Amino acid sequence: MKKLYPYVGWLLLAIGLLVLAPAVLSDFRLGLLAKYCCYAIAAVGIGLAWGRGGMLVLGQGLYFGIGAYAMAMHLKLADAGPGGVPDFMALYGDAAVPGWWEPLRSGALAVVVILVLPALVAGLLGLAVFKRRIKGAYFAILSQALAAAFAILLVGQVKTTGGANGLNNFQGFFGYALFDPANKRMLYFLAAGILLVSILAMAWLYRTRFGELLVAVRDGEERVRFLGTDPANVKLAAYVIAAVLASIGGALFVPIAGIVSPDDVGVVASIGLLAGVALGGRASLLGPAVGALLVGYAETTLSEAFPGSWSYFQGALFVLVILLLPGGLAQLLGLVGRANAHRGDSASDHSPRGVPRGKRGETEVSRSASEEAAAR
Amino acid sequence: MRTKFSSRILAASSVLALGLTATACGGAKTGDTATSESCVDTSGDTIKIGFLNSLSGTMAISETTVFKSLSMAAKEINADGGVLGKKLEIVSEDGQSEPTVFAEKATKLIQDDCVAAVFGGWTSSSRKAMLPVFEGNDALLFYPVQYEGLESSHNIFYTGATTNQQIIPALDFLKQEKKIKSIFLVGSDYVFPRTANKIIKQYAAANGIKVLGEEYQPLGSTDFGTVVDKVKAAGADAVFNTLNGDSNVAFFKEYKGKGLTASAMPVLSVSIAEEEVPGVGVGNLEGQYTAWNYYQTIDSPTNQKFVTDFKAANGAKAVTSDPMEAAYTSLYLWKGMVEKADSFDVEDVIDASDGVSYDAPEGTVEVDGENHHIAKTALIGQVNSEGLIDTVWSSDKPIEPDPYLKSYDWWKN
Repeated sequence: MKKLYPYVGWLLLAIGLLVLAPAVLSDFRLGLLAKYCCYAIAAVGIGLAWGRGGMLVLGQGLYFGIGAYAMAMHLKLADAGPGGVPDFMALYGDAAVPGWWEPLRSGALAVVVILVLPALVAGLLGLAVFKRRIKGAYFAILSQALAAAFAILLVGQVKTTGGANGLNNFQGFFGYALFDPANKRMLYFLAAGILLVSILAMAWLYRTRFGELLVAVRDGEERVRFLGTDPANVKLAAYVIAAVLASIGGALFVPIAGIVSPDDVGVVASIGLLAGVALGGRASLLGPAVGALLVGYAETTLSEAFPGSWSYFQGALFVLVILLLPGGLAQLLGLVGRANAHRGDSASDHSPRGVPRGKRGETEVSRSASEEAAAR
Repeated sequence: MRTKFSSRILAASSVLALGLTATACGGAKTGDTATSESCVDTSGDTIKIGFLNSLSGTMAISETTVFKSLSMAAKEINADGGVLGKKLEIVSEDGQSEPTVFAEKATKLIQDDCVAAVFGGWTSSSRKAMLPVFEGNDALLFYPVQYEGLESSHNIFYTGATTNQQIIPALDFLKQEKKIKSIFLVGSDYVFPRTANKIIKQYAAANGIKVLGEEYQPLGSTDFGTVVDKVKAAGADAVFNTLNGDSNVAFFKEYKGKGLTASAMPVLSVSIAEEEVPGVGVGNLEGQYTAWNYYQTIDSPTNQKFVTDFKAANGAKAVTSDPMEAAYTSLYLWKGMVEKADSFDVEDVIDASDGVSYDAPEGTVEVDGENHHIAKTALIGQVNSEGLIDTVWSSDKPIEPDPYLKSYDWWKN
C-alpha cells in the first residue's frame, strides 16, 4: 500500500495537467504551461543524473539545444517544401541548404536525430569523463563549458543557424498548422503526456537494480567499485538518459515557443533548468518536474507583475529555498509528513509524501541530499 | 508490483493517446490560412497599449531609456486628452534581452492584455522573434531602432533608420567629404553588422573604395588587441564600426592606446549614441564620427522641449539619443494614424498610415504606407569634448525609406 503513495502524487499531477489545466487556462496560458512542461521533461532527466546520480549537470542546455535545433531545422525545411531553402538562408546566407541540414528534411530522420544524437554525444563525453574518474566540480565545469561553447558556435554561424536570431517563424508541425489553437492544444497534451510518462519511467527506474546502484554510486562510489561494479557504466547510463530527456524537451519546446535561439541553450538556460530541480527537490520523484513547472510559472508571474524588478524576487526566492530547504520543496512535504507522524494521528499513513519510511524512499533520499548539500 | 505498474503505464498512455486524438481531429493542416480575431476593447474610456523593452539582461542599459521616452510620450498624450478621447493605459513587459522572451511577451500583450499596439524591441533578434507573432495575430508593432533593412512587414512600423537612411549616407559622407579611397570594417558577430558590411562592400566596389579588411568579434568580446593591430597595419583611410555594446569600450581604448587618432584614421560608428559615449569614455571618442538621424544638440524648439522635458523627468544628467527619439516619435505617429483612421482597428490603422506625419524632435517625419518605414534626414555627427554629438554633415532633406535598396543599382542581395 505504502509503495503506491508516489503514484498518488503522480496521479494528482496528471489530473492537474491533463484535465484541470486545459479546462481553466486560456490558449495563451496553456501554451506557457506547455513550455514549462518542456523544461520539466529536461528537469526529470536532471533529477536522475544529479539527484540520484550526484552528477552536477550544469550544461544540459547543450542537449536541450541539440533537440531544439534538430527540430527547428526540420520545421524550417518542411516549411520551405521539397528542395526549398529556409527564408533566413536566402537573407543572410548563400541561399543554399548546407549538406548537414539535408538529412533533417525527413521528419522520421529528425526524430531519430533528436533521440540518438544526444545519446551519442553524452555517451562519448561520459565515457571520456567517467572512465577517467573525473567527477565533482571538474565534471560540472566541463559540462557547463560545453553548453557555453555550443551557444557561441551557434551565434557564429549566422548563415546556417540564424546566429543570435536563432530559428523561428515556423508554419507547421508534421503537417499541422501551428497558428491553429487546436493544434497548439495538441502540442500541450503531447508535452504534458511525455512529461508524465517520463516521470513514470523514472519511478520504475528508481526501483530497478540500476536505480539502486546509481544511488549507491552517488553515496559511495569507491564502495561500489570494491563490490565489483564499475561506477562509470552506471553514471554513463544515467547521464545518457538525462541527455535524451533534455533533447526531447528541447524538440517539443520549438513548435510550442515558436522559436529557439542561442539564449535558450547557453549557460544561463542550463542553470535555469537546474534551478527548478533544486527548488522542487532533486532526489525526489516528482520534485524536479514540479520544481521546473513552478520556476517557469514564478518567472512568468513575477516578470509580469514587476517588469522592472522581477529578477530580484527570483533571486531572493532561490536564496531562501537554498538556505531553508536545501532538499527542495519535497523536503518541506517530508517535514509536514514527519510533523503529522509526531502528532500520532492516523493521518501519518496518508501524509502527502507518504513514503515508505524505514526503507529507501523519498524522505530518506531527500534527507541525505540535504545532508550532502549541508556538508558542502 | 511489476504487473500493477505496467498496467498503470498502459492506463496513462491510453489517456494520453485519447487526449491526442481528441484534440488532433479539429486541427488545421499546413497550408490553411489563419484567421485571427482581435480582442481589443474599445468600449471604455481607456485604451491599452503595450511597451515591450528589455528591462533586465545585457540590453537593459539601452532599452530602459527607450522605455522612459515612451512613457514620457504616453504621459504627454494623456495630459493632452488621449487618443480619440481615450486615455492610454500602459501594459509594460520585460523582454529580458532574449528573443524567446520577446516572442512570449508579445503574445501575452496581444492575446492576454488585448493591447491596441505594441512599442519596443531593440536588437534584430528581438524584432525577428516578434515578427511572426505580430503577423500571426494580425497585431501592430512599432520598432524604434535603426536596423539592417531588407524587411518590411505588414504588421510592423519601423521608426528607426533603414540602411539607406544611415549606412549609405555615412558612406556618401566618407566618400564626398573625407575623400576616402580605402576602408576597414569592424563589427560584432551578428546579423546587423554582417548585413551592413555586405551593403558596404557592394557600395565600395561600385565607388572605387578598397575594403582592406573585415573583422568580427563575438558580442560582448573585449579583446581587441589583434583587431586593432590589423586595422593599424592595413592603414585604411577610415574605419566603419558596427560594434555593439561593451566591445566599443575595449575597441576605442585599444585604438587610442595604439596611437590611432580621429584625424589620421577616423572611425565612423553606427551604434554609438549619446547614451553610450560616457561608457566608452569621452576621451576615447572625441573627434570620432557617428551616423544617426537625431542628436541631442539639434537646434529646434521641438527638440529643446523634448530634451528639457526628458531631463525634467529623468534627472539633469539624462541624455537623449536617436532610438529614444524614434520611440517617442513612434507613439505620436500611431496616435496620428489612429486619429486619421478614426479607429483602433489594426487594418484601419495600417490603411490610414500612408502620409501620416509628425513634427518630431529630429524634424518632420512622414510614414511611407507602402513599406511602413518613415522618411528621415541622415545626420553625420562628431563627438565633442562634452560627450555630446554635433552635426557635421546632413542629407539636408528627409530621405525616402528604401529597405530593400531597390533604387541602388549596385545592390544585389
